[in-house]
Amino acid sequence: MLESVKRFSTTPASGPVRHSGPLPPGRARRKYFIILGILIVLAVGFGFGILAWDNPMPVGTDGFWRIAKMRGISIVVMLVVAFCQAIATVSFQTATENRIITPSIMGFEALYVAVQTSAVYFLGIAGLVAMQGNAQFVLQIAIMVGLSVLLYGWLLSGRYANLQVMLLIGIIIGGGLGSISTFMQRLLTPSEFDVLTAQMFGSISNADPEQLPIAIPLCLVAGILLWANAKRLNLLALGKDITMGLGVNHRRELMRVLLLVSVLMAVSTALVGPMTFLGFLVATLAYQFADTYDHRFIFPVAVLTGFVVLAGAYFVMKNIFYAQGVVSIIIELVGGTLFLIVILRKGRL
Amino acid sequence: MISLSDVRKDYSDEVAIGPVDLQIPAGGVTALVGPNGAGKSTLLTMIGRLLGLDSGTIEIGGFDVVSTPSKDLAKIVSILRQENHFITRLTVRQLVGFGRFPHSKGRLNREDERIISEAIDFLGLSELETRYLDELSGGQRQRAYVAMVLAQDTEYVLLDEPLNNLDMKHSVLMMKQLRRAADELGKTVVLVIHDVNFAAAYSDRIVALRDGMLVHEGTPEEIMTEEILSGVFDTPVQVLDGPRGLLAVYY
Repeated sequence: MLESVKRFSTTPASGPVRHSGPLPPGRARRKYFIILGILIVLAVGFGFGILAWDNPMPVGTDGFWRIAKMRGISIVVMLVVAFCQAIATVSFQTATENRIITPSIMGFEALYVAVQTSAVYFLGIAGLVAMQGNAQFVLQIAIMVGLSVLLYGWLLSGRYANLQVMLLIGIIIGGGLGSISTFMQRLLTPSEFDVLTAQMFGSISNADPEQLPIAIPLCLVAGILLWANAKRLNLLALGKDITMGLGVNHRRELMRVLLLVSVLMAVSTALVGPMTFLGFLVATLAYQFADTYDHRFIFPVAVLTGFVVLAGAYFVMKNIFYAQGVVSIIIELVGGTLFLIVILRKGRL
Repeated sequence: MISLSDVRKDYSDEVAIGPVDLQIPAGGVTALVGPNGAGKSTLLTMIGRLLGLDSGTIEIGGFDVVSTPSKDLAKIVSILRQENHFITRLTVRQLVGFGRFPHSKGRLNREDERIISEAIDFLGLSELETRYLDELSGGQRQRAYVAMVLAQDTEYVLLDEPLNNLDMKHSVLMMKQLRRAADELGKTVVLVIHDVNFAAAYSDRIVALRDGMLVHEGTPEEIMTEEILSGVFDTPVQVLDGPRGLLAVYY
């Protein structure tokens, strides 16, 4: 009592300005904007590197831009993928109150693999050709979003609505689809299997430029809606009870976030294939870099980190290993190491 | 006033809460006591509309908790549960700032900042306000949660076992601060509490529950009798006239 009365009667010790915002002025804010600046410089650097490295024409000439334009497509694809994976993973982890599992747990990638595999299984190599085209692209996205909406809607609206149960069923469905795919792959001829394997690695060159006009608006809309929802995402991270206690309908928020996440994940997966580790890596690094609870600050850092990682991996694969586009391998190798270093140095997630 | 009429929650054929009829007057501190599994926390979370009821009605200050929009209720009643674990790293002040959400929708203005400062000072956390929650002791963290609930600035404050994990000193401090919140700020505080002596010393009314039913309610003097306590807690209790009021001895 004495202690509290004493403190109550004297003026607070913590300086003249008392501020509750996500980034207190001073060190934390400075650090945030320095990191953001570094990421922007790196992103521009890698972007320019991809356009200009090994470009036989002198910088600035007509021919240079003609070659750069062709390479520019892959930069746009990387931007889309980084945007989708980063925002989807951060939002998903917030909504499910964890920092370990990623949206792939809802079976997006298993579904993608199953669709691709069954196309080859039933139609042969011609099947992969049949899977290309805008209508098929939209169909794939629709199937993935539809499946996850069914799952969320069914599991979160029941009497025993439970996030853990939903995630568990997601894992089981994903595992089941995975085994069916593996089984079908066993029965393929070696040459068919070879072609299919190329599709299974997340690769920038998987993307069909024709699909970008569909992918970009979809992910922009989903991303902007999540951005607009950032204040409520901050609340969701505090858990169901506090969210409800502060007057926000937890289940409706959760459904909305998961729906938008499924759109982002479906676009990214249908465009370039499985890329989950990127999402996990980028989200974890972004939490470390941004060091704030506010999603308005986490999202930009996450998207930029995603682009830097992707563009860096693409640059290295293309110019050092001459394996254009297959970025998921190097992301898992280098990104995993970087991830371990950051976590071990900071000692917390 | 909080009024419950015919409130029920059914878990299975054997396990059910209610029907409970209860009136908690505005102002003062009301303690819900009872043995484990009596339904204290369940009743409190139903009043705080975190848990739906199977039948009956609950009204807080005239507003039905089921039909009133949650965002409007958030300006009338605040609730703090026992388990609080966050994935994000927050400072004390940032956490307390979340309490302003029903009023500011996340955009804190100067008035919000003033109320946040007041809540922090009220709980004696001024020097800790820039510290992260994971750097605090259990008692300090508990106070930070209560500060958040106070920053919500509601007439009714519901707390589920606020003394959980607190030592002697901090339990007493917490109860005195809640007492002051009722006396000086005019809040209606309803709390679930395990130690019946704390309930008797700091609350105006005690509500005793057992097996999901309301068995007794009244002032501490009315409830602190050997017969009532022994019956409620199903264990022999002796009530002594202590230096600062009645004292239950049960060990």
